[in-house]
Amino acid sequence: MSLLELKNVSKIYGELNALDNVSLKIDKGEWLAIMGPSGSGKSTMMNIIGCLDKPSKGQVLFDGKDISKESRRKLTEFHRDKIGLVFQQFHLINYLNAVENVMVAQYYHSMPDEKEALEALERVGLKERAKHLPSQLSGGEQQRVCIARALINSPELILADEPTGNLDEANENIVLDIFKRLHKEGTSLIVVTHDPEVGEEAQRIVRLEHGHISSDIRNEKFSEG
Amino acid sequence: MNKKTLMFFRMVAASFIRRRSRMLIALFAVIIGATILSGLVMIYYDVPRQMSTQFRSYGANLILTPSEEESISSEELEKSISLIPENELEGYTPYRYENSKIHNMPVTFAGIDFESVTKTSPYWHISGEMPQNDGEALVGAKVAEKLGLKTGESVSAENSFEITPDTDISLIPEYEIFEDPETGEKHCDHSLDISITGILETGGSEEEYIYVTYKDVEYLSLTKRGYDIVEVSAAAMQDTLKSYTKRISDDVEGVSARLVKRVTASESTVLDKLQSLVFIVTAVVLVLTMICVATTMTAVITERRKEIGLRKSLGAYNSDIIVEFMCEGLFLGGAGGILGSVLGYVFAQLVSMNVFSTSITFRPLLIPITIAASVLVTGLACLIPIRSAVDVDPALVLKGE
Repeated sequence: MSLLELKNVSKIYGELNALDNVSLKIDKGEWLAIMGPSGSGKSTMMNIIGCLDKPSKGQVLFDGKDISKESRRKLTEFHRDKIGLVFQQFHLINYLNAVENVMVAQYYHSMPDEKEALEALERVGLKERAKHLPSQLSGGEQQRVCIARALINSPELILADEPTGNLDEANENIVLDIFKRLHKEGTSLIVVTHDPEVGEEAQRIVRLEHGHISSDIRNEKFSEG
Repeated sequence: MNKKTLMFFRMVAASFIRRRSRMLIALFAVIIGATILSGLVMIYYDVPRQMSTQFRSYGANLILTPSEEESISSEELEKSISLIPENELEGYTPYRYENSKIHNMPVTFAGIDFESVTKTSPYWHISGEMPQNDGEALVGAKVAEKLGLKTGESVSAENSFEITPDTDISLIPEYEIFEDPETGEKHCDHSLDISITGILETGGSEEEYIYVTYKDVEYLSLTKRGYDIVEVSAAAMQDTLKSYTKRISDDVEGVSARLVKRVTASESTVLDKLQSLVFIVTAVVLVLTMICVATTMTAVITERRKEIGLRKSLGAYNSDIIVEFMCEGLFLGGAGGILGSVLGYVFAQLVSMNVFSTSITFRPLLIPITIAASVLVTGLACLIPIRSAVDVDPALVLKGE
């Protein structure tokens, strides 16, 4: 059964069609990479999938439920409960330490629990850095806090926007290893990326050009496996 | 307290502690505002008291005169004065006038208390010294000019009396009394030797008298009696003074009290204008302070738009964001208000000491008022930037646009 389905989705800004009649199905547990040049509509698609924006036309079905016509408040509740966001620029709150940054996601979702937040940091190998402020962490460490924050509420989907865009190779590998582990555990992942190396780690690669899906291919590496 | 509330306070505390440089700037703006507000309001309410004290240098503002009898007795004086609150009474000087002659020229002597007259007539300008003892005199400039009297000289004041049964002969030396062999009537040629210690210059009618002690006036007139007039100086406004005159006139038989209108009316006019000025300055400063606090809070909140976007992307409702940021703002307002009300008192005290040379009255009620005003101003100042910040699309902010 598909976790997420876009049905003829368009997003129009004035005369610009950022997304033009796009249809896409993502299965539960699938790892999807969305690739494409700047201006191809990647971010627009991510915002619509992440419930941060609404389509101008078409339907967005999550677990079979159409969420494209929901109110802002309902969408907020929806993405809070179902989706974990990972950002290229990490977006940690600079005056909260690592564990507090993870707990903020719990705070808006249900009930903050420091023990659980520490466990989430442990999953990304950062338990010993839990009391450090973002300014005391490297870029890779900040991204791992961001991933721990995305994981803390056990979302059905992790949505990552250029998660390795600001990282060196060593940290890129650490983050990809975490994604691999999450995928193995059955978490659905959508990763928006420019980087072919990151894209090639995904099970399926969707390429966007001028708001259209130009290709949608299965990664042979996984087919062979 | 549940874990959610604890986390709320943990975030607010972290925001204050770990963003202290930013928060201190905002707090500083609020403190300055609260300080100026509470200081000026304190001055505004203290101006009447301060000015009343200042105006006392213009002399007495209340006059007591005998209403029925020829003079005011010591008992009547004491009762009248007791009707004026002690903290408002600056001083009072009873005057007793007697006529006499010096160098065969008629002069009027005024018996006064030289210590108390400095409080009721602080504007007196004396060339020489104020008399200290019996037998010493302060001579009005006009009298001195007319009689050619100078500081340091000694003169005799002379009176001639027919001795009647009312005359207090115990006061008269025997050698001054003589009997008319034809009529049998008793007479006395009485004199008082005085040494002039100073010349009084006021530019007013005060220069027409010679001032000596009560004992000397009594000796000179050979009569024991009360006072002709009492000058009172009280630090109170016109309306309050009016109530005192009414109470004295009603309650003390034989004494009539009235205002020195020239002084009280001009005091009232000057005071009204001064209070209006302080009020306008306070209002203008309050508006400027609000703008300053609002600008600072806008800057502080605007630089956190990304954080607001992030919180929204993590599932925060707009109402959550407003509550969190307002709580920080109101806490700043409260803390600024507490510190501002203390510093405001110090500010008002400094102004008062420099301008009026007296300390200011502390008004405890101003503390909660300052805190409430500070919280209100900061809350209003935060509301506008928070309202605009929560409308931010998290998708745009998180993309760095």
